[in-house]
Amino acid sequence: MPSVKTSFNRRSFLKTTAIAGGGMMLNFCWFTACESSSDKDAAPPAKAWFDFNGYLKIGDNGQVTIMSPNPEGGQNVKTSMPMIVAEELDVDWKDVIVEQAPLNTELYSRQFIGGSQAIRHGWNGLRMAGATARQMLREAAAQTWQVPVVEVTTRAGVLHHQASGQSTSYGEMAAAAAKLPIPEEVQMKEVKAFNIIGSSQKNVDGKKIVTGQPLFGIDTRQEGMLIAMIVHPPAFGVKLKSVDDTAVRAMPGIQDVFTVKVLEDDFERQHFDTCTFLEVVAIVGNTTWEVMNAKKAITIEWEPFAAYTEERTPYGSEKQTFTIPAGLENSADHLARMVESAALPRQVVRKDGDPEAAFKNAAKIIERTYTAPFLAHNCMEPMNFFAHVTAEKAELIGPLQKAELTEKTLSARLGLPVEAINIQLARLGGGYGRRSYAHWVVEAALISQKMNAPVKLIYTREDDMTGGIYRPAYQATYRAAIDADNNLTGLHINAGGIPESPLYANRFPAGAVDNYLAESWIVNSNITIGSFRAPRSNFIACAEQSFLDEVAEAVGTDPIDFRLALLQRAKDKPVGENNDYDAERYAGVLELVRDQSDWGNTPANTHRGVAAYYCHNSYSAQVLEVKVEDNKPIVERVSCAIDCGIVINLDAAINLSEGAIVDGIGNALYGELTFKDGVPEKNNFHQYRMIRMSEAPKKIAIHFVQNDIDPTGLGEPAFPPVFGALANAMYQATGKRLYDQPFNLD
Amino acid sequence: MANFNLKINGKNHQLDVDPATPVLWVLRDHLHLVGTKYGCGIAQCGACTIHLDGVAMRSCIIPVSAVRDQAITTIEGLSEQGDHPVQQAWLEHDVPQCGYCQAGQIMSAAALLSDNTKPSDEDIDMAMHGNICRCGTYTRIKAAIKTAAKVG
Ligand code: FES
Ligand code: FES
Repeated sequence: MPSVKTSFNRRSFLKTTAIAGGGMMLNFCWFTACESSSDKDAAPPAKAWFDFNGYLKIGDNGQVTIMSPNPEGGQNVKTSMPMIVAEELDVDWKDVIVEQAPLNTELYSRQFIGGSQAIRHGWNGLRMAGATARQMLREAAAQTWQVPVVEVTTRAGVLHHQASGQSTSYGEMAAAAAKLPIPEEVQMKEVKAFNIIGSSQKNVDGKKIVTGQPLFGIDTRQEGMLIAMIVHPPAFGVKLKSVDDTAVRAMPGIQDVFTVKVLEDDFERQHFDTCTFLEVVAIVGNTTWEVMNAKKAITIEWEPFAAYTEERTPYGSEKQTFTIPAGLENSADHLARMVESAALPRQVVRKDGDPEAAFKNAAKIIERTYTAPFLAHNCMEPMNFFAHVTAEKAELIGPLQKAELTEKTLSARLGLPVEAINIQLARLGGGYGRRSYAHWVVEAALISQKMNAPVKLIYTREDDMTGGIYRPAYQATYRAAIDADNNLTGLHINAGGIPESPLYANRFPAGAVDNYLAESWIVNSNITIGSFRAPRSNFIACAEQSFLDEVAEAVGTDPIDFRLALLQRAKDKPVGENNDYDAERYAGVLELVRDQSDWGNTPANTHRGVAAYYCHNSYSAQVLEVKVEDNKPIVERVSCAIDCGIVINLDAAINLSEGAIVDGIGNALYGELTFKDGVPEKNNFHQYRMIRMSEAPKKIAIHFVQNDIDPTGLGEPAFPPVFGALANAMYQATGKRLYDQPFNLD
Repeated sequence: MANFNLKINGKNHQLDVDPATPVLWVLRDHLHLVGTKYGCGIAQCGACTIHLDGVAMRSCIIPVSAVRDQAITTIEGLSEQGDHPVQQAWLEHDVPQCGYCQAGQIMSAAALLSDNTKPSDEDIDMAMHGNICRCGTYTRIKAAIKTAAKVG
């Protein structure tokens, strides 16, 4: 067994234990998301619980409560992360109860949803939490039995000493073990000894979800709680001028109407403090319906704002200045401005060899331009948050991706110390990046502070869809130089967006082409953007993979063979430095999907396209099989190979990947938000088309590469390749290449 | 304001409320039955699906005054023990991701199966067309409906 130094130092773990023992559940929970996940009524309830560390406690009945540190938004972390602890603790999964951990930056690190990193970053800590407790149980047994600790083994929650034939349960040894010092070194299991990791365990909140128990932030309720809604500007480029609330104040159930300055002008902004509308109008009342009615009746005047600059510190980087132009923007102008900007001098991000010469000497040049529009996240649960702010403290509950950062923003904005801010992590009704930008949490807190009462802020679907923080609009032009022998000798990528470039200059095919140039540009806008499932990759993968398909065709090579040859080159003799992928693993998913889809044997009347991509430290390749009827694609089957290292919860990982594929097909075919004079042209689902059941693939088969590599991202990596695989399959079906999203066959 | 007597999940509830209030908000705000979800408010997403006398309806657009003596069933009352064949099938297939749309999906599926015990793929597509899932769990939902059809 590998022996590993515990990275929790003794002091932090002791501190942890002290905090945990001294009342880790600082607040009673208002909703069942914080309650234990147990349906395990069969076992007699524990009479006493013993804390081992911030991650787990063991009951005298042998049950184990494992805290899930990260918020759950559908990625299955609330089940998967505890599975890792349980594995190393060596306990039977049926004896595990899971609880959502409170936000606690002392105890846990990176309690985020973002970048598909929960499992990757949590991996060692979670394993050590389990292994450390197991070690303490073994020590306690060794002391009790007066035997050497190395002779004490464990199996599924039971300690054994083979020579003397003694055995006892974790429950019986828990009291003694919890008193022992935290070991400085622990043994972790060999990967091949895993029996919980890699199995399929049901979602710990499954029963609550299917029976409609309160789980989500929007379900929060507290005695005396008021309902708040906001009115934000109807267009990007305007701000509040005046409010006439006389009629509204007299409406039934309305308590107050006031304006809220979300962030002060001199506020020191971090990355996720993107705030679309600096000032909004709050309406507070007794019930949602009454406030909704008042919202419709209020009279507000808006006026254009002047251009301004804003300083923000992107996560993990230096402070930057962003220019927010004035004006009411139109989608038609956006497209024209992207074409213009792409022709102006650009930022050279990477250059290998002599691309100019390669293009000059090329026998054939292929140039194609790809575009994609702004997208709204459309989490099914609209933005909402509960806040109760008093002079001393702020209690908040709701769906939030980066609570640790929001806590800092709230502290500064409310004028309360960080310790006085307590955020409970509710289950998220979808996040996909949207809930990292917590302006609406600040709004909820400020409204509660003003009302001096507990308040739940709810966005209507319209507020949510027209409120900014979109996936940016992008454009990328790919140019390939091909020599007389049909070799790809040069590649030029010229990519930008509003107001962010989608370029990843060091990703494939960088490293596989001798002469390579990657350039970037941006167009400023007052329309705000934010992370959207696999940011930037969600566009550039489609452009790149559609383009490679076209180049493969031009040189007369099978599209999978063509990619494999480039990857072979990148592996044998990589071009340039900092290539951000492992060519062998990349090729591995292509080979796996080729075999699993039976590539080359396309069923009659169907057409296939392939795409592969690497992001969030994981690899995914997909083959889509479509039919086109009445100009509409019917996706018969998707084969998807993924290399994300060790898979934790197999069936949940399959579910998440299936979802990414369905979501990708939906966004590729229908996702689009356009603007007219600054106004989003869609505000609800009658206008914004989402994929529906009849449009989902008939079959999806997910295949994971089996290896012993530490786990990497999964929520995002299966999303970007779908767009390209779909475009390539539709080309095979119709003979028409698709360059602009959403794909339209008419 | 007006007085209403509603039959919800087999129990009678008296309440005094604006007659135009959608059933969705009566359930969520007045009766604290929050399993029924708000997603769009305009009958486009299905998150708020309930049964009115066994028929799947979008509670976000039904004013409370229109209910009269029709029996309302919400996700909380679909079964006493949470073991309706559709709920069991959902657990067996471990359908939910974020879970937010699932109460509505289950209510639509349960209504379908009470009318049509052997739905074809097309029947399922049609009955479920009004329920959006951004997480993309459609293939599992369909599989779960087929499992529930076998049992039910
Ligand atoms: S909330 Fe009723 S259908 Fe969307
Ligand atoms: S499970 Fe998340 S919206 Fe359906």
